[in-house]
Amino acid sequence: MLTFVIIYYVFLIVVCCAAAYYKHRTALLLLFTLLCVSLISGLLGGASVLVNITICVALLAAAAGLSYSFREAMIQILPPEAAKLMRTAPLTAAFGLLVIIAYIIAAVFAPVIAPFGEAEVVGSSFAPPDDVMLLGGDQLGRDLFSRLIYGARNTVGIAVMTTAIAFVVGTLGGLVAASMGGWVDQVLGRIVDTLMAIPQLIFALLLLTIVGTSVLNLTLVIALLYSPLIFRLARAVAGNIVVMDYIEAARLRGESTWYLITKEVLPNITAPLAAEFGLRFCFVFLAISALSFLGLGIQPPTADWGSMVRENATLISFGEVTPLIPAAAIALLTVAVNFVVDWMLHISSGLKE
Amino acid sequence: MGGVLPLIGKRLLLGLGTLLVVSIIIFGAVELLPGDIAQQVLGQSATDETVAALREEMGLNRPSYVRYFEWLGGAIQGDFGVSLANKRSVAEQLGPRFANTLFLAGMAALISVPLAIGLGVLAALYRNSVFDRVTNAVSLVAISSPEFFLGYILIVFLAIQNPIFPAIANVTPDTDLAERAYRVMLPAITMAMVVTAYMMRMTRAAIINLLASPYIEMARLKGVPNSRVITRHALPNALAPIINVVALNLAYLITGVVLVEVVFVYPGVGQLLVDSVTKRDFPVVQACCLIFAATFILFNLIADVGAILSNPRLRHPK
Amino acid sequence: MADEKSVLLEIKNLKIEGYSDEQWIEIVHGIDLTLHRGEVMGLIGESGAGKSTIGLAAMGFTRDGCRISDGTVLFDGMDLTTATRGERRALRGSRIAYVAQSAAASFNPAHKLIDQHTESSLLHKVNSKNESEADAIELYRRLRLPNPEEIGFRYPHQVSGGQLQRAMTAMAMSCRPDLIIFDEPTTALDVTTQIEVLAAVRDIVDQFNTAALYITHDLAVVAQMADRIKVLLKGDEVEEAETRKMLADPSEDYTKSLWAVRSFQRDQKPPPPANETPLISVKNVSASYGPVKVLDGVSFDIYRGQTVAVVGESGSGKSTTARCITGLLPPTQGEILYDGQVMPPKYQDRTKDQLRQAQMIYQMADTALNPKKSIGEIIGRPLQFYGGLRGADLKKAVDQLLDQIELEPSLYYHRLPSELSGGQKQRVGIARALAAEPSFIICDEVTSALDQLVAEGILRLLDRLQKELNLAYMFITHDLATVRSIADVVVVMKEGKVVEMGPKDEMFQPPHHEYTDLLLSSVPEMDPDWLTNLLEERGVDNIGDAAHQKKT
Repeated sequence: MLTFVIIYYVFLIVVCCAAAYYKHRTALLLLFTLLCVSLISGLLGGASVLVNITICVALLAAAAGLSYSFREAMIQILPPEAAKLMRTAPLTAAFGLLVIIAYIIAAVFAPVIAPFGEAEVVGSSFAPPDDVMLLGGDQLGRDLFSRLIYGARNTVGIAVMTTAIAFVVGTLGGLVAASMGGWVDQVLGRIVDTLMAIPQLIFALLLLTIVGTSVLNLTLVIALLYSPLIFRLARAVAGNIVVMDYIEAARLRGESTWYLITKEVLPNITAPLAAEFGLRFCFVFLAISALSFLGLGIQPPTADWGSMVRENATLISFGEVTPLIPAAAIALLTVAVNFVVDWMLHISSGLKE
Repeated sequence: MGGVLPLIGKRLLLGLGTLLVVSIIIFGAVELLPGDIAQQVLGQSATDETVAALREEMGLNRPSYVRYFEWLGGAIQGDFGVSLANKRSVAEQLGPRFANTLFLAGMAALISVPLAIGLGVLAALYRNSVFDRVTNAVSLVAISSPEFFLGYILIVFLAIQNPIFPAIANVTPDTDLAERAYRVMLPAITMAMVVTAYMMRMTRAAIINLLASPYIEMARLKGVPNSRVITRHALPNALAPIINVVALNLAYLITGVVLVEVVFVYPGVGQLLVDSVTKRDFPVVQACCLIFAATFILFNLIADVGAILSNPRLRHPK
Repeated sequence: MADEKSVLLEIKNLKIEGYSDEQWIEIVHGIDLTLHRGEVMGLIGESGAGKSTIGLAAMGFTRDGCRISDGTVLFDGMDLTTATRGERRALRGSRIAYVAQSAAASFNPAHKLIDQHTESSLLHKVNSKNESEADAIELYRRLRLPNPEEIGFRYPHQVSGGQLQRAMTAMAMSCRPDLIIFDEPTTALDVTTQIEVLAAVRDIVDQFNTAALYITHDLAVVAQMADRIKVLLKGDEVEEAETRKMLADPSEDYTKSLWAVRSFQRDQKPPPPANETPLISVKNVSASYGPVKVLDGVSFDIYRGQTVAVVGESGSGKSTTARCITGLLPPTQGEILYDGQVMPPKYQDRTKDQLRQAQMIYQMADTALNPKKSIGEIIGRPLQFYGGLRGADLKKAVDQLLDQIELEPSLYYHRLPSELSGGQKQRVGIARALAAEPSFIICDEVTSALDQLVAEGILRLLDRLQKELNLAYMFITHDLATVRSIADVVVVMKEGKVVEMGPKDEMFQPPHHEYTDLLLSSVPEMDPDWLTNLLEERGVDNIGDAAHQKKT
């Protein structure tokens, strides 16, 4: 252990000096911060903290390398238009895209990838990882890895569907409110204000107590609770569009409200709504996972990441990290989507100027 | 101040009205149950006579608006009825737990508010620097992670691998303050992580927006030194957006508490709510929801009133 | 004091780059500029010419996302591009001051005017707090601000726009700087307010012998203010000369095009026969936005083939009148007649044919065309909607309209609005109105966002179309040059009322109604002596707000 610590510090100091010598400001600042953090946490927590830091840095470096090669490969493969866009992607966004693609593949080809069935009991409960069960077994002896893969299908699928419903309802409401104005706008606005005056998670708990937990109920309740947020955005963005002169021109021509909404307003608000879809997907996804974690969302035996964390939570007290894997899967996807959304927002704000 | 008071008064009335509507929704939602509570409590196998007897005992035969006003009147006086599960007064169970929840949220706020505002202002002042980019990425990760993920990670690293804090935040009414603070440290940090990330990003955006104002450029063109531009020209105007950001996030904090309490088995309102939902103990669920909603509305109200009070245009009317 | 004629500011080969799309692009390409003590130089050019950027660079300042990439800025011998931050800061506010375009946005809303005024002189240790406040009040008095003793103790939002702009000029003077940069100080103001700010600025610059860079896009304004004029185009210098010489004899084609604008003038048509029914008749119309009354008993007639110009300052109700005619804002009282028939007050209640007869062309072509639709779709929609045209017929009709507005159909049919210039977009707006085959078109400030040559082209086009199709126009404008060139009848509005109306020839001959007179006299002319003469003729108390206040 001592040799590791010595090598660790010597390496860090050498790299720091190299960065300073070549006047690479960013690298120097980052490395020096890392050195200080290592010194402090090393003194407090001993060598094991340093090992953890090394693992973290190595993981970050691996992710960065992977994202970089992914981005460069995409630039080569994609048609010129898309490649040009790809060139503006920061590493974080490339990483996000990569992760999203991986999740989609896992969800679509789940039965092919997963070695065992979703609810198939393979070994003993809480079996340790081995050649057969890559990540070990869960509390009933089902293969954790297979359930993780199927979870991508169930959890992500339900979240996408819920977001889509919330989006259709919210956007339509927002567009109608903005285009018609007057009392329709007032009434819809008041309803939305009231729905948003109750914290979403609490409201979801209340409604699920009453209607009972099923996938359909879950989807509808969450969609209902998250559509006001989308309504507000759609209302605000469309509100900026309906004051434009070309809308006035269309109104004075005698066009119907439906024509106004679909042909004049909608094409102009798709870009901000697309970014919002990503953002809202994250919230919906987290909310569904949270409910599942509380035992009120997706019900067993369906494989779902939130419930998997809950089912295996007892292992935590033995210092096992397996229950963290499904939780990490949730976090990884939301992080990835957020990274991509961040990039999209950056592009669209850049185009405006 | 002539122009401000009516505005605030209007806002307070609106808040009160919203609370009233919310209470109707909470009460009405339970009314929508297929069958009624008596049927639910006794289950499908119960005979009609026993259900009718229970209905009589619970006063369910009277019209729903009468029962709503009774319930609301009781709630205002702190009486939320009797729990279906253990026949104890709801208020009695709720009281100490609400104090616990407020204590936990307060601890989290104590950590996160100064940290978030400090980081947010720094990130705005040194935007596009390494510091800004790193805080941006880290806060994005914190926002994206479910609270139970952050909570369990903290448990693994700070309670099991390095036993610094207790993994279970077990407090009783006679735990003293220092001990209490120590025990809720992990849940408080968990919540602070998420809230700090949100608050920091919103503060950063607000300050950047402010620094782009023509009057900040004017101050620089008058030869005002950087530090004075910040303290005298930016800060007085930053107060409104920052108050807004803090109040909105505290509102979020109050509701985000549910998951964290479950992870750390902390005896708060969130834990009680989740338990009661599983047991279908409706009076308790209604009471918990009302308390959460009221707190949430209160903080949103504070955000609005704070914004009104710190706006110089409204403070010094024409 | 140093020699009167010594050089104060010398800019050599100044290049500035802006950051966009992840790369630095040069936006100012090597400008030279020499300014002597006590001299006023006008920088003129369209938006995007780099005027403001150069003005700020003269203070050694660049906005975020801009940088000085080459050249020197010598102020009184000190190079501001290489000076330390502290050195530059010591100059700003004390020896070089800045007056911004929007005073309302450039005063800090959290502090009183006088505290912002005294800030510079306290920081630069020019005066004590008391001296500085006394000086502020003195400057307010000189700039003819009402209640000079008291006005400084108000907050910015409690003071009107024109007064704020003067207070900002006073603030710039607080340390008696050697140089002031005026960045479009009157662009956001109405003409009657503009004139008093102009008078104040010129007065103060003369009295204290301050040098100034006066940045504007308005030629008539710069002619009043500047000793010398420098013309800029897309970050390059076009030419520089003494004001009188530049006006009399510009040497470059671009400058000539700027000067030689208002050559187009159409003769006034004879009045229609007495028994003709007016095409549009506005009868005693009043309207309000909520509780605020914005129109009060407005009446006028528009005949076939005639152009009626409605003039007035912002808030006079000219656009509201248009909204009443089109039915967007139902009047609270009075009615709109089309060809002798009363039209339903709300546009929703009008028939397709009634809607078709009255069309609009808008000021901002950018917001008037849906950015997601091609030119063909935009022009084609009314043809399809009213005429029911489809397929090849539709395409043919659109091509005809494109020909009529002088845009080549094969080139423009599939383009998006963002791929067109401002003038071309305005032409598409006209074609869309024509596509409905109307008899009446409302033109809302159609030329004010365009530069002069393009505007003239649009006016000529509108005039030609009027002759060919016997159209009636209602021209909403605040630009009297436009009125002179195209109107038959002029209607002057103020505070929601018609104050005077009549045939153009009569309206431009004295005697005028008091307000018409004020409005007409406040519009700057290209003559460099115009402001001087006007002030001599009327005295400072008979212009702008002062004139308004004297009456009431």
